[in-house]
Formats: sequence, C-alpha cells, structure tokens
Amino acid sequence: MNISYKGQITFSQFINEHSQVITPLPEWAQVDKTLIEYYKLMVIARQFDNKAIALQRTGQLGTYASSSGCEAIDVVTASLMSKEDVLVPYYRNHVMQMIRGMKLSDILLYWGGDERGNSTAAQAEDLPNCVPIATQCLHACGIASAIKIRDQQRATVCMLGDGATSKGDFPEALNVAGVWQLPVVFIINNNQWAISVPRSLQSIAPTLAQKALGAGIRGEQVDGNDVVALHQSVEQALQRARDGKGPTVIEAVSYRLSDHTTADDATRYRPPEALKSGWEKEPIKRLRDYLHAQGWWQENNETEWLQQATQQIQEAVDEYLETPPQPVSSIFDYLYADLPAQLSKQRDIAVSRSQNQGQQQNHKEAQS
Amino acid sequence: MKSEEAICMVEAINLALHRAMQDDADVILLGEDVATNGGVFRATVGLKEAFGIKRVMDTPLAENMIAGLTVGMAVQGLKPVAEIQFMGFIFPAMEQIVCHAARMRNRTRGRLSCPLVIRAPYGGGIHAPEHHSESTEALFAHIPGLRVVTPSSPQRAYGLLLAAIQNPDPVIFLEPKRIYRSQNQHVEDNGKALPLDTCFTLREGSDISLISWGSMIKETLEAASQLADEDIQCEVIDVATLNPIDRETLLASVGKTGRCVIIHEAPITCSVGSEIASILATEALLDLRAPIARVGGYDTVMPYFRLEDQYMPHTDQIVDAVKRTLEFN
Repeated sequence: MNISYKGQITFSQFINEHSQVITPLPEWAQVDKTLIEYYKLMVIARQFDNKAIALQRTGQLGTYASSSGCEAIDVVTASLMSKEDVLVPYYRNHVMQMIRGMKLSDILLYWGGDERGNSTAAQAEDLPNCVPIATQCLHACGIASAIKIRDQQRATVCMLGDGATSKGDFPEALNVAGVWQLPVVFIINNNQWAISVPRSLQSIAPTLAQKALGAGIRGEQVDGNDVVALHQSVEQALQRARDGKGPTVIEAVSYRLSDHTTADDATRYRPPEALKSGWEKEPIKRLRDYLHAQGWWQENNETEWLQQATQQIQEAVDEYLETPPQPVSSIFDYLYADLPAQLSKQRDIAVSRSQNQGQQQNHKEAQS
Repeated sequence: MKSEEAICMVEAINLALHRAMQDDADVILLGEDVATNGGVFRATVGLKEAFGIKRVMDTPLAENMIAGLTVGMAVQGLKPVAEIQFMGFIFPAMEQIVCHAARMRNRTRGRLSCPLVIRAPYGGGIHAPEHHSESTEALFAHIPGLRVVTPSSPQRAYGLLLAAIQNPDPVIFLEPKRIYRSQNQHVEDNGKALPLDTCFTLREGSDISLISWGSMIKETLEAASQLADEDIQCEVIDVATLNPIDRETLLASVGKTGRCVIIHEAPITCSVGSEIASILATEALLDLRAPIARVGGYDTVMPYFRLEDQYMPHTDQIVDAVKRTLEFN
C-alpha cells in the first residue's frame, strides 16, 4: 500500500511558561525594543478589559466579550500587520482594533450598544466585529479575492476562535483560500472554550491547525502565550500572503482567562484547577518575568506604564460615557443608500414619537 | 450576441451581464458552473471568454461560501454578481445574506456597503427534480436591507438586472426559469437600467387590477386578454420589486378599479401576496368594492413534477377569480 498523503503539524515555542528561553531567539527578540512594545500593549489590553468588565457590572456597558488570555495573539498580529493589510476580526479583538488606530472610546461605543462603534475604523477597510460564528472567514476570502483580482500585495487577517473551526464557514473558507491561493492568514485563538464547551468536545483532531491540511494549505500550531513564537509565525504567514504564496492557518494555543462574556459564569462548567493552570501560562506575566530577568523592565517602568495606561483608558471611558445616543432617525438612515418611500414614512413616525417623548420628559421635569 | 434579433429572457440576462462587465471593471461573476460551462441555464455563456477567469469565476460547490465571498468582495468595492444555481439551494447562504449583506451598511453607519447581486432561478413548471422548483421570494422580501427583484420579460430582465448591478445595496435577483425561454423580444443593448422599487403597468384597464410578478405574469396577461373578449378591462401590474414594494402604483390602480386579484406561484400564507393584500386592506379599504381575491400556490410542499401542473396556478383560475370579484356587490 502506498501513502497518498502524509502531513504534519509543528508546534513552536521560544519562551516557555516559566519565562525560560527554550529555542534560540531570533535577532529581533535579542534586544528589548519590540518585546517591550508588545508588553506595553498587552498591559493596556488587560487594563482595558478589566475596565470594560467593571463598566458592564455597573450598568454602563452592554454584554462584553473579554480578551483576557489572548493579548499576545492580538498584540503581535496587529503589530505586524501593515496599514494596507485588512483585519477581519471576530468579537474578542479589541486590542487589535486599538493598534489598528481605532479609538478605545469607539470600541466601548460598540459594546455600549451604538453602531457608531463600527463606523470609525482608522483603517477604513477593516471589517467591524463579527458576531455570527465563523462567518467572517468567508468575508476574509472575499476581501482576499478582491486583493488578488487587483494584483495588490496585501494580506487579509482573519481572527477566529476554536469553536469557529467546527462551523462550515471555516472549512469552506480554507477550501476556497487553497483553490484560489488567496492572500489570507487565518489565526485561531484556541482558548480551549466555546462558552461552556471545551476544546475536546469540538473535535477529536489532535490539533485544529491540521484542518488546513484537509484543504491543502499550510497549517501550524504556536504557543499563543509566547510573543516570540507568534511573531515568527505570523510575520512569515503575512509575508507569504503578500507575496502571493497563498494562505496559512495558525492555531495559537491560549487559554480563556475570563468568562465567555459578561453574561456568562464559567464557574458553572470550568474546573478551578483548569483556570489556575491557564493563569500559570498567561502571556503578560510570562513576558514581564522575562523582561525583568533581562533587566529590561523594572518596577518603576511598570508603575509608570500602568498609570499611563489607566489614564488613557479613563479618558476613553469619559469620552464614551459623554457621547449622547444617536437620534432615532439613524435607525433608518443607513439601511439603504436611498431610503425607500415606505421607510421614509416609518422614519417620520419614529422621529415624531421621539420628539413627543422628549416633550413629555421636559414637561415632567418642569413639573417635578 | 446580435441584439437586433428578438431574444429570450436568459439571453437578455446574458446580454445585461456582458454590458455591465464591459461598462464597469468592478463587476465580476462567480458561482457554480458559471465560467467554463456558462451556467446550467446558459445565462453566463461567453463571459469567461470575453472577460477572463479573473472576472468570471467557477467556485467550489458551497452556496454559503459563494454568498460569504460576495460580502467580502463587495466591501472592497467590487460589484460581485453571484449565481446560486437554483433557489432551492440558497438556504445555506441565508446567514451570509441576512446577517451580513443586508446589514453591512447599517451596522457600519455607511462606512462599508454591499453592492452585490445574488441571482437565482426560481419557480416550477420545468419538470425539474425536487428542490428545484420552489418560490420562496417572501423569505427574502421580509429582510430589511435587501432588495428583491424579479423580471417577467426579456426587456425587463435586461433593464432590471442592470439596475440591480448598479444599485449600491444588495439585491436578490430571482429569475423565473419557467419563462426563461418562453418569450422572445427585441432587447436594445443600450445599457439603460430600469428603475427598481417600481411596479410596471403592463396593461391598463378600469374594471379590475391584476397584481402579479415573475412567471405568473404570463398567465395573468393571458387571462386579461381572454377577459377583454368579454369586455372586462383588466389592469395588469408587474410588481417586479418585491421589497421595497411600490405601494403608490398599487394603491392608484386599486383606487381606480376598486377590485383586485393577486396572483403568484408561491404558497399563499405569509407570501408577498399577503403583504400586498394587507397594504390594500389598510390603505385602500374605502376604494375596494369587493374583497381582495388571491390566486396562489397551495400551502404545501411543492409536489414532484408528475403533479406539478396541478400545483401551479392556471389562467382559468385567474379568470374565475376575476369574475367572482366582479360579481361581488
């Protein structure tokens, strides 16, 4: 019997969970600059996350999807993307959006139930958050098709979770990305949980990266808590995409340190020891300890940066909280390029109701 | 293609695609079997040869994927025209159409939009296998953010498809395949789009309004012609755009005639016909001199083709409905 096909998936790690270098570092990681940059961005991400959860708990934000545990994946990937590349996020990539130039106040606006949070991407071609699972994988392929049709040297980056690999859109996207050799990089944040369903119940495939092999494209696994491993894989995949060498799937193995969203309570289904083990591997502490050991980051740097991050986030929170809601007419104004006649009548009704409510409110306030 | 000759609907669609691709380099085609084979109904014949495989793409076989790709292409400013081979296979694509294509402009406050067209042959009457004959236009007409358009003649197919492609929002373009080749018309290849969101009055009359769309326009016109022999003057309206519906034309016609029959192939419950009846009952009650009559498909699964003919509405049913309506006092 002949072997028709034989594939393998590599796992790459440079700095392990004990902050020890286990693979010789590439040149860029032998100096402090980029690593410190990554660290600082991850700290902002975690601070922002904590603040957003606090806002939700105090009734000042809607349901919010935490990014705790995927900071390394998001920070490294967004930092390596060029302005011309296109980001196709799912709903946990706040720090990517921030690095791509989106205002933190706009990110809060989205989670605060306001569409304007999607309207102001600094990178105008980036897609907004995608809530229906895995559907964004096909958008990424459509964008990558447009890039290819126009002979541009740009990459599309598609973010997804481990649960998304179970949905048809994902294999469909990998398949067409392979057939058409599209300039797209799929990055799976395998944080081990899709709400309450663990990774082991999504698929018995030993890796999620190997799903790429079924589509005939490159797949690899990296330690998603190790910024160096991520940097090496993502940079290469982006360059391959831009050079017209086709798509890549990167499975970044991480751990969701939070509930699924603020509407979830993971203690109902997640053993405490699993979470404890997740915290032992987490990316921020790992890099901080490494930077400390190298003498590149001291306590005073940490204090200073935390202060700066807190201030930056507080300014964004203030801006968000001070943003008045959109007028009711906005429900209608962006649905079609030209508002159909029937909707124009409904718009008038909504506007007039809103004005009456406003008048009644003023009247009540005047009386009391 | 020689446009001097009278051509059928599927040829008019092909002509419109040629024209749109020639006039706008952003227009691209994708779908199953559309490139080398030219489409199973031949709607895309010759386009790959004329515009190359970068603009006319055979896709892997996955309808959801086709719809998802069009969303990504459209947000990049391309104008993808995707073919879903039969409407019966469009359902995997619903999530992409409903959750993304229809909402992109709204949810980004106009930063991004989806100027895409999804073409799908629909309806019965060609003795096709199961899942090839349904009329589920109402599912799409219910979705805010979409336009749903169906032509009923070669000329309108040409002009409406150009309009759909030029429209900056997503359009579901449903092609009544029963009449793909049943009528030949001279279609001038002038690149002129017909208006969307507008009904077409195909025949003027003062006694009763016959409101229909797609393939049933054929039987509706036949009924009107037969009734004219009995001195009954029917106004025939092709709704054409099923969402947003041009209420003004419908209300003006029923305002004039006071009576109407709504005719379509889809099951009558929760159909576009239901919506039109509701519009007329709500906004033209005092103009109505008889109950609104409806001739439509039964509320059943489309039968296999041996009984297909008994499912489809026929001219005599329209004639009967008109007479019943006119007899009402």
